[in-house]
Amino acid sequence: MNFINRTENLFVENLDLANPELKESRRGFGDALVELGRTNPDVVVIGGDVSGSVRTDMFRDAFPERFISVGIAEQDMMGVAAGLAVVGKIPFASTYGEFATGRPFDQIRQSIAYSEMNVKICASHCGFTVGPDGATHQSLEDVAIMRVLPHMNIITPVDYNQTYRTIIECSKIDAPFYVRFYRDNSPNYTNSNAPFKFGKADTLYEGTDCTIIASGLMVWESMMAIELLAKDKISVRLINMHTIKPLDTDAIVKAAKETGCIVTCEDHQKKGGLGGAVAEALAQLYPAPVEFIGASDTFGESGKGTELYEKYGISSRHIAEAVKRAISRKKL
Amino acid sequence: MFPNLKNPVFTDTGELNEMSRQIRRDIINMLLISKTGHSGGPLGLADIFTALYFNKLSTFPDNPYMNERDYVFLSIGHVAPVWYATLARRGYCPIEELKTLRKVNGRLQGHPAPLKTHGLPGVEIASGALGQGLSVAAGAAIGLKLSGKPNHVYCICGDGELNEGQIWEAAMTADHHKLDNLTVIVDRNHCQIDNRTENVMKLEPLADKWKAFGFEVFEIDGHNMKEILDTIDAVKKVKGKPTAILAYTKMGRGVSYMEDNYKWHGVPPNDEQGKVALSEIASTKFGDFVDYYNDK
Repeated sequence: MNFINRTENLFVENLDLANPELKESRRGFGDALVELGRTNPDVVVIGGDVSGSVRTDMFRDAFPERFISVGIAEQDMMGVAAGLAVVGKIPFASTYGEFATGRPFDQIRQSIAYSEMNVKICASHCGFTVGPDGATHQSLEDVAIMRVLPHMNIITPVDYNQTYRTIIECSKIDAPFYVRFYRDNSPNYTNSNAPFKFGKADTLYEGTDCTIIASGLMVWESMMAIELLAKDKISVRLINMHTIKPLDTDAIVKAAKETGCIVTCEDHQKKGGLGGAVAEALAQLYPAPVEFIGASDTFGESGKGTELYEKYGISSRHIAEAVKRAISRKKL
Repeated sequence: MFPNLKNPVFTDTGELNEMSRQIRRDIINMLLISKTGHSGGPLGLADIFTALYFNKLSTFPDNPYMNERDYVFLSIGHVAPVWYATLARRGYCPIEELKTLRKVNGRLQGHPAPLKTHGLPGVEIASGALGQGLSVAAGAAIGLKLSGKPNHVYCICGDGELNEGQIWEAAMTADHHKLDNLTVIVDRNHCQIDNRTENVMKLEPLADKWKAFGFEVFEIDGHNMKEILDTIDAVKKVKGKPTAILAYTKMGRGVSYMEDNYKWHGVPPNDEQGKVALSEIASTKFGDFVDYYNDK
């Protein structure tokens, strides 16, 4: 029996797991904005003084009149974005994850979510991988606080290619979006020609013993975990839950029915994020054992991303252990 | 009552003042029916809303979201009753709908709701959490400039609201982007919910603050109709910078026991107080939407 069943058409051709192409997901955001700048005159970008960091500088240089600087003022940024949407623009407001969500939460709630404004909040530098910058800059709560907002849509693409496509796709939908991506280089492995469906999860691996439901960078970590588990003859399904809201509950229930247990993986607090969302869905629709990989009610600290993944228990090794725990909890 | 209104509806200050008195009577009647809501701020802003909607704004009650409209953002969302009464009198909704203020399944939410959710036509965006409107107005003004459109953007703020830091972030944005299509109207009534503004958080020298932030500042009597009209004409002539109108008003204007008394920020009159209020605001040729005391 083969314990690795990859859905090949969802991956780049000839993917070398040991030596993948490395690319910044934030660069996918920047490149997509330049493409939108060329093709859609309504697209505008709001700068919060970190345009080099979040890769909006390329749009700024190509379309300076459509790049609107508001300075280091995230609350104003969200209001200005909403006002631009009122007059028919498609504003992309971008800064680091924490400052894109925590600082301006009330502004997002009232002027964007409640008002159903066509604003795209794009957060770079999310999760543990901003590493050395330390806990203040490691956004681990952003998905949770965006997820409680009615009308807010949330996408957490996994790599450069998927970030690029997410930005293009969400520009076509008249609704508020929160898009979460990362600073550092990471494997770029999704096939940019495969269909990307907003709200529809991608099953990257088929499997029978357990399903890992992962988001963002943790999808790659999960792939590494599946390689480890195959050696122990454990067959694991892997779902890339790129859209966290609206949640693809059909894929979750199907996975619980067919594999009997679930492990959720995210570079984010366990509480309130992807894990919380999956658990809420299963509790109501199809109760099954769930193990959670994520930050355990803790802030991070300075260090390399890989060191932090190890210390805070979210590396591929931890995921593999969680899969075994989940399987042991199945009622046989 | 006002089908196919012309624009402006009234040019005569006497008629505008008559409408403004009617809007004050409407506010009292709305609050008597709802038994909840804000009295002081709405009464104080009736003259400014009348001047805007019945004379100065490019506004389209039959098609509220026409591209040619001027934009009004009510940053100080809790004065919603004056906006609702004005919109109803201007033809945005049936005048009888004023009976539904703050009632379930209604469009006259306690604080302005967006149209997509369940708001009133003419409302552009939700407000209520203070300090957000000027950023939104600045964003709209930037967008209109990008599109080369001539529409003017008005943002109505309370003075107490200026405690919010976001207002001054937005003021910097308005200056930085030279938003001469943006006018902030500050309801300078010196009252906020807890006390006189200068006792809660010192605002003066307020005109100097706006000037320092790059605004052309106009200080006016917010109850003098001619002065309001002339100033709205004047702000549109300013080029290269945003404008601020500091409108000195009285909270609770028109009702003797409410005037200039911060305790009337957030409460409605009771039946007895309402009777006095209506007797003090002379009735008008437009007619009330309800005969509250006889209908009871």
